[in-house]
Amino acid sequence: MAHEITERFQELDSLVLLGIPTRGVPLAERIGAALLKIRGRRVPVGALDVTMFRDDLRQKPVRALLPTVIPPSGIDDAHVVMVDDVLFSGRTIRAALDALVEFGRPKTVALAVLIDRGHRELPIKADFVGKNIPTHVGDEVRVCLSEIDGRDEVEVMSGK
Amino acid sequence: MTLRTRHLLSVDDLNAEEAVRVLDVAEEMANLSNREVKKLPALRGRTVLNLFLEDSTRTRLSFEAAAKRLSADVMTLTSKGSSVTKGETLKDTAVTLEAMGADVVVLRHSASGAAHRLANAGWVQASVVNAGDGTHEHPTQALLDAFSIRRRLHAGSGNLKGTRVGIVGDVLHSRVARSNAKLLKLLGAEPVLIAPPTLLPVGVASWGCQVSTDLDHLLPELDAVMMLRVQVERMTQAFFPSEREYRRLYGLDARRMATLPEHAIVLHPGPMNRGMEITAEVADSTRSTVVEQVKNGVSVRMAVLYLLAGGN
Repeated sequence: MAHEITERFQELDSLVLLGIPTRGVPLAERIGAALLKIRGRRVPVGALDVTMFRDDLRQKPVRALLPTVIPPSGIDDAHVVMVDDVLFSGRTIRAALDALVEFGRPKTVALAVLIDRGHRELPIKADFVGKNIPTHVGDEVRVCLSEIDGRDEVEVMSGK
Repeated sequence: MTLRTRHLLSVDDLNAEEAVRVLDVAEEMANLSNREVKKLPALRGRTVLNLFLEDSTRTRLSFEAAAKRLSADVMTLTSKGSSVTKGETLKDTAVTLEAMGADVVVLRHSASGAAHRLANAGWVQASVVNAGDGTHEHPTQALLDAFSIRRRLHAGSGNLKGTRVGIVGDVLHSRVARSNAKLLKLLGAEPVLIAPPTLLPVGVASWGCQVSTDLDHLLPELDAVMMLRVQVERMTQAFFPSEREYRRLYGLDARRMATLPEHAIVLHPGPMNRGMEITAEVADSTRSTVVEQVKNGVSVRMAVLYLLAGGN
């Protein structure tokens, strides 16, 4: 994925990686580390919490807020790549787009996800995909990362 | 994530874990004040009603700012200029507010227990937040004080285990002291009440805090010292011989501040009587968190409003 990103953003100039908590954040850091290895350039990495912007905020009990860290350079006129673990309905990304405008006006916004499991409910697509996994709507896809879960693993549990 | 309580009437409505959670959410809210757009959509379409039937500057503005930053619609009613001065009862006022569709009512009242009455009498469906009732409680003030202490002394996370906090002065009339003593204990800190015997409430032993009348003796052991305002408006009799004597025994001046440990901070809930319980020199020093407390108040109240009214 990092290679694909370097192909699209040749110069890596004004590139900002924003992970969506929880598991998007270590993934963004890993992509940042890979970019450093490939191109020898350090790209700012941050986190973007979307809790407050979710369209189902009212339908569920109150959720915890997670940290939002915008790199000091800001996102105005930057090329922002949002990073998340699983792309499913697309609602998280819609919320993320809303959250993003509160921090400035990026030049472009792209989306990188480790797993695309299909079943979009909104007109949203990922620019960089680690792996497409066909699933049923009722299935559960869980990404485990060593930073958080102690191991790197993707589990697909079939629903009824 | 949710709190067990629908209302925040007293510190007793929270357990230790929930209190830390409120502070953690407040920490996230605090980041908002560094942003260009200081607004979150969490309470869009909800109505927060500030009912302030007793004078207040910072609490009222703080709740107003907090609700607005969460995109709620805010209405504020103060006793002056409202039908309350015509003798309307709390009940009738409350029913009127209910008809206007408030989701949260923030109440400041001069009678102890007013918030409890409003929440439990079945007059309103809204969540009630106590913003100070008589000499009883002021839970959001205690939360913001704990938040301020945690930011300065505990890097903004966890509880306050082992922190010794002196609560100095007019404990008798202070709802801030009562709420703070409870919350500090809940968070693992050790509150110490320091006051002249006439300004300690009856039954203070049951609060489970160390109680002392000797400020000078204790100062070198404190991590934080909270100076309470001498509440002249609630004093119906002579509680100390003269202002000068009070100042001499319980006022915090630069000389006394110098006997505090290096890291210790000075809090004051405001409004300050400069020259009475605290000198201008102390109030404006870098150890004083007075201005910070006001800023933190907005973050803490945002957290409380979000946790009470943000979900379903």
